[in-house]
Amino acid sequence: MAERKIRVLVGKPGLDGHDRGAKVVAAALRDAGMEVIYTGLHQTPEQIVQAAIQEDVDVVALSILSGAHMTLFPRVLEKLREEGMDHVLLTGGGIIPAEDMEKLREMGVGKLFGPGTTTAEAVNYIQEWFEKEHAGAD
Amino acid sequence: MAAKKSKFSDRKLLESFEAGEARALARAISWVENGRPGFEDLLSALHGKLGRAQRIGITGPPGAGKSTLIHGLAALVRKRDERVGVVAVDPTSPFTGGALLGDRIRMTSAIGDEGIFIRSMASRGSLGGLATTTREVADLMDAFGFERVVVETVGVGQSELEIAEATDTTVVVLTPESGDSVQAMKAGLMEIADIFVVNKADRPEAKRAAGELRTVLRIRQGQTFDRIPAHHGVDLTRMAERRARAGGDDGGEAAADAGTKRWEIPVLMTAATGGEGVPELLETLDAHLGHLEETGELTIRRNRRTLERVRAVVNRGLRTRVWRGGPGTEMLEAARPDLESGRRSPYEVADEILRSVMPDG
Repeated sequence: MAERKIRVLVGKPGLDGHDRGAKVVAAALRDAGMEVIYTGLHQTPEQIVQAAIQEDVDVVALSILSGAHMTLFPRVLEKLREEGMDHVLLTGGGIIPAEDMEKLREMGVGKLFGPGTTTAEAVNYIQEWFEKEHAGAD
Repeated sequence: MAAKKSKFSDRKLLESFEAGEARALARAISWVENGRPGFEDLLSALHGKLGRAQRIGITGPPGAGKSTLIHGLAALVRKRDERVGVVAVDPTSPFTGGALLGDRIRMTSAIGDEGIFIRSMASRGSLGGLATTTREVADLMDAFGFERVVVETVGVGQSELEIAEATDTTVVVLTPESGDSVQAMKAGLMEIADIFVVNKADRPEAKRAAGELRTVLRIRQGQTFDRIPAHHGVDLTRMAERRARAGGDDGGEAAADAGTKRWEIPVLMTAATGGEGVPELLETLDAHLGHLEETGELTIRRNRRTLERVRAVVNRGLRTRVWRGGPGTEMLEAARPDLESGRRSPYEVADEILRSVMPDG
């Protein structure tokens, strides 16, 4: 009864319509026992953050293939902080150059995954983060 | 009430909740959903605020268009300046324990509006179409102050009927392909509807499906021959009138009584993607609420829910006392060799476990 599932919001912000990757990741997280809320395409950062609040998720995972990652990740991060959702892990993947990943990490974004990542890597990363974050809690 | 409130430890959460902060509602829902210690105190503290919202259940087979319909309804309700809470349940995988909750995809334009709060829930092993705590999550939304609380079930077959007991008005959404009239006569899903919706009404078979549904409903309500035009020279409509007249005062009174009290289950047609028929659905929902209030049925339904809640909480508490917080698991493990070898029956072991937590029972 008292289950504590990892809740993940998988979102696709911005204009690119390629959601195969997001769906594959969503399915992998589900198969790892997580509860995955998939929001569909073309979400604004505001919509994503509002959904994250209402769904009370632990993790927001964004898929961005449009090249707009340097705008979208910081916007979502900023909005999450504004709303007092600092405890949420913001992660994601897409076509993102390594130096951009580094810059985003410095801002406070979690690990980002590029092409060739196995779904197991993403699953492990989220599970390990969650365990560390909630060690001793609940 | 004040004494109750002090029992719930997280005062800040309660205060933020009462101040109408969406985040507090979201956290309260998680608290309840996860059965975190103290969640029953939280619900108890908020119990006095219940009863304002109309609770609408939307059920039907997978892919019937439930989410899209709710999205349309929510948008209309917002135009009247009412606020809506939506709880959408999707199935948990019995194999991995995970769930993909996709109902928000159909409700995207509603997102960004503070007056619509959507929460996705995984069924977490519950088989009745709802999660075990969905009713309590609906309570939280009611207590938060939403005028309407819409509960969407998982895509159901014929026997996931919990929704009918959990809400004031149950809408069963079908598609033109949902099956012929024989399906409609089957027990279960078809018996719980206060309102039927044949969605995807732009499809060619929709009118026929709605027509068959109406016929079956009339048979069930004992009006088989009403509204059937002259047939082989016998006009049944006129015969019925004559019969009613001949019945004198008695028949007349019965008819008038039925006219005021009976809810004729409507069959509506919608094409939710384009919003067609959704205003009519909202009007019908209002009419049904009015009917429930007028006949006193609303109070009856809500009282029944309150009593049922007590039973559910007691059952949950017993389960906890036996298994999670109690000796059940250990005792079962200890009895395992005897059970496996057949020395003791499952009933003997169950009795022993029950006696250990309820010595007097």
